[in-house]
Amino acid sequence: MSKINNKNSTIKRVLLQIRPYLPTIILLLALAVVSVLCSLYIPVLVGEAIDAIIGKEQVNFAVILPKLFTCAVLIGCAALAQWLMNVCGNKVTYNTIRDMREAAFKKIHRLPFSYLDAHETGDIVSRIIADVDQFADGLLMGFSQLFTGVVTIIGTIGFMLSVNVWTTLVVVLVTPLSILVARFIAKKTFAMFRLQSETRGRQTAFINEMITNQKVVRAYGHEDENMEKFDTINEELRRHTLKATFFSSITNPATRFVNSVVYAAVALIGAFLAVTGQGFTIGMLSCFLSYANQYTKPFNEISGVITELQNALACADRLLEFLDSEEMSADPELLPEHSETAKGQVTFDNVCFSYTKDRPLIRNFSLDVPAGCRVAIVGPTGCGKTTMINLLMRFYDPDNGSISVDGTNTQTIPRRALRRNFGMVLQETWLKTGTVLDNIRMGRPDASEEDVIAAAKAAHAHSFIEQLPNGYYTQIGEDGGSLSAGQKQLLCISRIMLTLPPMLILDEATSSIDTRTELRIQRAFAKLMRGRTSFVVAHRLSTIKESDVILVMRDGNIVEQGDHESLLAKNGFYAELYRSQFTDEEQPVG
Amino acid sequence: MRKLLVYMKDYKKESFLAPLFKLLEATFELIVPLVIAQIIDVGIQTGDTGFIISRCLLLVGFGVVGMVSAITAQYFAAKAAVGFATGLRHSLFQKINGLSFSLLDRVGTSTLLTRITNDVNQVQNGVNLVLRLFMRSPFIVFGACVMAFTIDPGSALLFLIVVALLSVVVFGIMLLTIKRYKAIQNQLDSVLNTTRENLNGARVIRAFCGEDTETEKFIGQNSLLSKLQKSTGRISALLNPVTFILINVGIILLIHYGAVQVNTGILTQGQVVALYNYMSQILVELIKLANLIITVTKSFASAARIRDVLELDTNTVYSDDKKIYNTHAVEFDRVSMHYNEGAKDALENISFTAEPGEIIGVIGGTGSGKTTLVGLIPRFYDASSGTIRVDGRNVNSYSLEELREKVHVVLQRAVLFRGTLRENLLWGNKNANDEEMQAAVKAAQAADFVQSKGGLDMKITAEGRNLSGGQRQRLSIARALVGNPEILILDDSASALDYVTEKALRGALSALPNKPTVFIVSQRTSSLRHADKILVLDNGALVGCGTHDALLENCSVYREIYDSQFGGKEAAAK
Repeated sequence: MSKINNKNSTIKRVLLQIRPYLPTIILLLALAVVSVLCSLYIPVLVGEAIDAIIGKEQVNFAVILPKLFTCAVLIGCAALAQWLMNVCGNKVTYNTIRDMREAAFKKIHRLPFSYLDAHETGDIVSRIIADVDQFADGLLMGFSQLFTGVVTIIGTIGFMLSVNVWTTLVVVLVTPLSILVARFIAKKTFAMFRLQSETRGRQTAFINEMITNQKVVRAYGHEDENMEKFDTINEELRRHTLKATFFSSITNPATRFVNSVVYAAVALIGAFLAVTGQGFTIGMLSCFLSYANQYTKPFNEISGVITELQNALACADRLLEFLDSEEMSADPELLPEHSETAKGQVTFDNVCFSYTKDRPLIRNFSLDVPAGCRVAIVGPTGCGKTTMINLLMRFYDPDNGSISVDGTNTQTIPRRALRRNFGMVLQETWLKTGTVLDNIRMGRPDASEEDVIAAAKAAHAHSFIEQLPNGYYTQIGEDGGSLSAGQKQLLCISRIMLTLPPMLILDEATSSIDTRTELRIQRAFAKLMRGRTSFVVAHRLSTIKESDVILVMRDGNIVEQGDHESLLAKNGFYAELYRSQFTDEEQPVG
Repeated sequence: MRKLLVYMKDYKKESFLAPLFKLLEATFELIVPLVIAQIIDVGIQTGDTGFIISRCLLLVGFGVVGMVSAITAQYFAAKAAVGFATGLRHSLFQKINGLSFSLLDRVGTSTLLTRITNDVNQVQNGVNLVLRLFMRSPFIVFGACVMAFTIDPGSALLFLIVVALLSVVVFGIMLLTIKRYKAIQNQLDSVLNTTRENLNGARVIRAFCGEDTETEKFIGQNSLLSKLQKSTGRISALLNPVTFILINVGIILLIHYGAVQVNTGILTQGQVVALYNYMSQILVELIKLANLIITVTKSFASAARIRDVLELDTNTVYSDDKKIYNTHAVEFDRVSMHYNEGAKDALENISFTAEPGEIIGVIGGTGSGKTTLVGLIPRFYDASSGTIRVDGRNVNSYSLEELREKVHVVLQRAVLFRGTLRENLLWGNKNANDEEMQAAVKAAQAADFVQSKGGLDMKITAEGRNLSGGQRQRLSIARALVGNPEILILDDSASALDYVTEKALRGALSALPNKPTVFIVSQRTSSLRHADKILVLDNGALVGCGTHDALLENCSVYREIYDSQFGGKEAAAK
């Protein structure tokens, strides 16, 4: 019951989606009726014309010529209506696709990270790309084929009835047989198709694994073994696909056979009626034969269209589900004072936070960070260091308590105004497709080329960029293409060297960079951090020794805080962490 | 498409039989109007009901034979199309196995994946339809013309004109749209890429307030896609109405012509009906064809995308110079290398030698060419100029199999494959026995955790996600040790190991029974200080070569690196 309701509401929502195109759709439906009726009337006229062609010297041209002239007019109307109908259909389909994709894309940036972090990218992408396509295709087919099919069937029955009742009955009663045949075959082949897609899924997973790690494959000369394994799955897929393809393709010949039975039956009954002379003419017979051919076609199509439509609805459902997912809390209105550059005083007041309700992570955390202060966050992997950044940037909001910048609760500032004051470099580098220039310009799209070069120089990225084939205009491929991990990180650092925001967040920002370059960057960072509030997450404790406050985290709690010296003196968790690194590295020197 | 046709060669019989049986079916369909004409001209005229019944039974008989031959045809068509696609996938996979590393970097993996899956499926559908219908439809069309000729040669001219015009329309529209479909497919690729990028980079985009720029970019790409689809749609929307007009105008002319001929006694009424039926048959056939032409055109576009991959240059050039020049294990002789034409050299004029059994360290800044240098030895990349010799012989004169057996590489990113540990280790040498594998695991310092997780039979999930970074690194080193390579290259592959483990690993490597020449790429001077020779790279140039102590004396770059790690009163190494 609820499923039906669900389906109905999906249909309702879908109709809502296409409402802007309602006039076009109404026009489309009207055109379909015109085109079908015009083309269905042609066989009747032709039949009447044929009846005027009886034999030698018995041809009545006065009857034939006007009929043929009417035919010509009808042909013109039908063709024009058909073309316009196609154009309208295209417009509705492709505009709907465009609108839905745009809505879905905008939705991405309104979703909270709790959603984005919990859902797989591949799944969302397939909703926005594949599902939208499937949905629109189904919709278009539904409009053009289903509707014209129904009109054709009704129209044909009407025209046939107007010509002769008995012959019509034969056609109407026998034809649905072809639907039964098609249904029967579809049911039988369903399992075969499932086997096919399962095998295909396995093959795709194998190809994905091997192509992604192609370099390892090559390093071990494992190509031949892979080829063998691939061929085994490939052969299995071949067998399953062959079965599925073949058995499903029996549908057509089988329904065509039903059609030829109908055809023969019409010929038989028509001929008998003509012989017994009940006013059934040769022209009528030819008209019926032509209908028998046309009438069965929509039946065969409709059964296909219905599956297609069901599929389309399922796809629409997946997309709507995405569009319905809960968005971030609304941003407050942008006030003039929000656009001012922050001084950088940050206060955490009794902050509580958890990703899942039953596992509290940060509890009653309070801290006052004066403007220009350097805060370091240390601790073992998974202790919640990144969570602090999530909260500062408002990627997540605290469950309780508040975070303020310059005394203003960050939840009362529009997110973008807040984020403009932060410069962030993460360990996971992210570059977009585009030139090096575009990538560095991310935070300041209007920056001049000179400014970009200066920023790259400050990040020590200039020299390697110069060596790329087109320098700053080199296109960066998918996921950074052939750049090394360190080079990608240098580009990310260049970005903030360009924006120079009042507050900095560095999350393992130099982890992939060689130590010599790192030392230079650290120097650049040190210069940059002067007078700027900064939050630094680091594995290597040596890099954060100079910080004003070090927060030591463990299992989501701040277990210690203070500067380097006082923490060492305390001889607690920090001292333990520090010593373990220290001894590790001291050994080779000694 | 022509280039892909070679994959049909194993299915010659099927690709011949499928259309043949289709033609058989079509032939029976073509006789139907003649039978109807007889029913009208003989059966109805004379009132012979027996004749009418027998002819109608004949029609049903034709239907049965038609169905049987159609099903046979479907079988052969499916067999050929599926076999064709299987072969194509095989070749694509093989091709990808042969692409050079620089091409792999440039092309990107996601597009290779869609081409070997989606595009091949698309082509498979196309081939299947071509075999089933593209043969049948022209045959019915021309067959109808021939039958018309047997009834009345005069009317055949009309048929020929209509068919000629129809072919122009059908092929013209196909030609006009095929390029556009390819453009649509490519545009869809970029829409998809932007979507994926925005999901993966949501944090950075929001941090830099780039939502508007990105949305604008997406809207631009998306509306361009929509525009392309609509303009292409307008052209293909012409197909149905234009064929409809041509055929029906043909019918009008035919009826008029028939009327004149009947009036002069040349034709009978039944024959006119037959001619009319033939014209209708052409119409029905063409509407079917028009619906399929889009599918076929799309599969042409996919075929072009597949061809692009198959035509990529695999550029493995072999040298005939098998002469052994010296006894060095590895020798670089004035080697330079650049990734793309016109790009700056990634390595510049590098010369050095490594003796058998030596441990060679490679160190240098980010992007200084360390990975490129060691990648030249197993021919992951080829030198642009200069010569590399392995065991005194030009590296290009070895077959890749020989070379890969001699040289084992542990890459920067430690990757394992789904399966058992044993399966993964067998990559090193498929004939290795358990003792050899156990020894490799032990040397790679992985014995302790391997033991606790079920030994060689331990399960490994995709990409080795069930292991920690350090465990993955050790197992990928173990994999390289299996098969006792003569040259072992560790490309920064011990970075996640703590000092004690790394030291033990170094000890185990120098104690290997077969004494391989070992290249260790590292950012830590501490990992290299015991090496026989350290190569110092700076911006693609070899700026230092010697032992740790010598380099500290006379190589400023090395000293700087060392100082950055041990300069202060404490270390800064990872």
